[in-house]
Amino acid sequence: MGRFILRRFMYMNVVILVVSMITFGLMHAVPGGPFDREKALPAEIIANLEKRYNLDKPLWQQYLMYLNDVFIPQFSKTAPTSNLEDDALITFKVSGNLWVRWMNFGPTFSSRSRTVNDIFRQQLPISIQLGILALTVALTIGVPLGILAALKQNTIFDYLGMSIAIFGVSVPVIVLGPLMIWIFGVTLKWLPPTGWGTKPPYILGIFPSDLSWSFWRTAIMPAVALGLGSSAIIARLTRASLLQVIREDYIRTARSKGVKESHVITRHALKNSLIPVVTILGPMMAALVTGTFVTELTFGIPGMGKYFVTSITNRDYPVIMGTILLYAVFLVVANLIVDIMYAYLDPRIRYD
Amino acid sequence: MADLLKVSDLETQFRTREGVVHAVNGVSFDLKEGETLGIVGESGCGKSVTVMSVLRLIPTPPGKIVAGEAIFRGKDLLKMSDEEIRHIRGAQISMVFQDPMTSFNPVLTIGRQVAEPLEIHQGMNRRQAYDRVTEMLDLVGIPKSRDRLNDYPHQFSGGMRQRVMIAMSLVCNPSILIADEPTTALDVTIQAQIIELIKELRDKLGMAIIWITHDLGVIAGLADRVLVMYGGYFIETAPVKSLYATPTHPYTLGLINSLPRVDSDVQCRLESIDGLPPILMEKPNNCPFAPRCTYVKERCYQENPMLMETSEDHFTACWVDTLTGKERA
Repeated sequence: MGRFILRRFMYMNVVILVVSMITFGLMHAVPGGPFDREKALPAEIIANLEKRYNLDKPLWQQYLMYLNDVFIPQFSKTAPTSNLEDDALITFKVSGNLWVRWMNFGPTFSSRSRTVNDIFRQQLPISIQLGILALTVALTIGVPLGILAALKQNTIFDYLGMSIAIFGVSVPVIVLGPLMIWIFGVTLKWLPPTGWGTKPPYILGIFPSDLSWSFWRTAIMPAVALGLGSSAIIARLTRASLLQVIREDYIRTARSKGVKESHVITRHALKNSLIPVVTILGPMMAALVTGTFVTELTFGIPGMGKYFVTSITNRDYPVIMGTILLYAVFLVVANLIVDIMYAYLDPRIRYD
Repeated sequence: MADLLKVSDLETQFRTREGVVHAVNGVSFDLKEGETLGIVGESGCGKSVTVMSVLRLIPTPPGKIVAGEAIFRGKDLLKMSDEEIRHIRGAQISMVFQDPMTSFNPVLTIGRQVAEPLEIHQGMNRRQAYDRVTEMLDLVGIPKSRDRLNDYPHQFSGGMRQRVMIAMSLVCNPSILIADEPTTALDVTIQAQIIELIKELRDKLGMAIIWITHDLGVIAGLADRVLVMYGGYFIETAPVKSLYATPTHPYTLGLINSLPRVDSDVQCRLESIDGLPPILMEKPNNCPFAPRCTYVKERCYQENPMLMETSEDHFTACWVDTLTGKERA
């Protein structure tokens, strides 16, 4: 297993490199530039700006400079300063006066005082928190609903459960979110209509350090709104998979041994039926935790989602590269976790 | 010896979208202590449904046992509560299934699966159960059985898996073992090994066996009594010797004639029974075999014959005496 994970990390580098290449190529191929305004800026100013951000250099040179800044650890004899050009995600002192800086994702064109790393440090944790909560909602609603529907197939429970699932899939956050705000935020005044109840510092740079009611009351609505659609997908998949598994021969074998009906499900059917569910958890997790534009916009959550969309319309090249690479890393890592979970769920799967 | 299991007028149907399938139409049989009963018939004739009905393992819906009783040690299995029958399954009556590849749970270890009946029915803890499981696996000939408890089913070959399956079914010392085509999915040499193994275990443990097969050759060396099934009916039942020496039903004759014989000419073609098995959507008023029968008479299309005794302990459901070709009186 160790060798498998190592090999997968090597593949990951290749994937990330290819993703960076395609993204870099595409974003420069799209017409327009970061400093285009409705009222055109004077040519001298644009030339100055492009010079400052190295946009006047040939593309291949820009790309190599980017790779160098992001992927290759930089050794330096000087201590890091608070200079924007100096802002690496990972900085540490090796010995004496030797410093290492790694993963400098560059500045953002839309703000003179912020870097892409600032976005990662301040906005990403919030998106991850929201994503994890949404995934938890999706699983705690989806899996039991799917099991119930499968066990009570073709009864009112099944129809009701699957109606909820269809509702969840077909009502997007852009409808559900404002509806929830109107009902619980404005009319009933149970929950604050917008906002996010945590601030840095975060534990491990991700998790909120204060899990009091003031956090939860802001988190409930967006987490449910975001998680409901995924829970519907999980519910339908769990139902279909469990229905298939309970027709398997080994379930009949279990019954013939006198296993209790509840244990037939929990001990013999469930683990088998969750294998396809785990498969979709990888991409689902990557999509939920890297920031979701509509949910964050609807509930006024200062997460990553906004940067995914605005960076592209603004041609904010470093932010485009940073967010896409982040998504790619999450996707690859989430799929690696899924593959490791496969091996745990199904002993027939061995990787070495 | 006393009857261990007495099944009478068992009738099982499947209600499907296309209509009611009459899978088993009022069959009766009894099984004595230590007896081996063979049930023979072609695919879809209702063999498996008969025994699965007895243990109530028919998926309901669509399946439904509509009539009959199955008295096991004085109690009717068909009228018991779910909890009562659960304590019979695996403890007193257990089953071995056809396909050892799909009949084990792929994600649980062999040890856990074989130990499960012990934990359920005898309240053993894992360690006690594993000791007994090791003993049982030794008995069915799994080498180094202690080391293999934590292996998964896919780490065993087909033949070995069927041995484990047998161990699993016998681990609680049941009084009846139901074997539903246990050798069909195995190649011929492994088949012979498994049959030998079951014979050995029967002599050692003394359980009664119901052996379902479509292979008359397998049954010949194993069963005390044979039931031949066709279209949801028993059409001939007899002690094994009597059945092979003097088969009386045209269908049984056809089955036996379709087997290759050691003493026949190598060049001769195997005989087959013309026609197709009956569709079970309607309960017939005629003999279900009539359309394929070479002895068929007028009466066969008017009345469905029930089992009648033709010689001592030999019953057949046919209007025609196949020896003379004349209608029975």
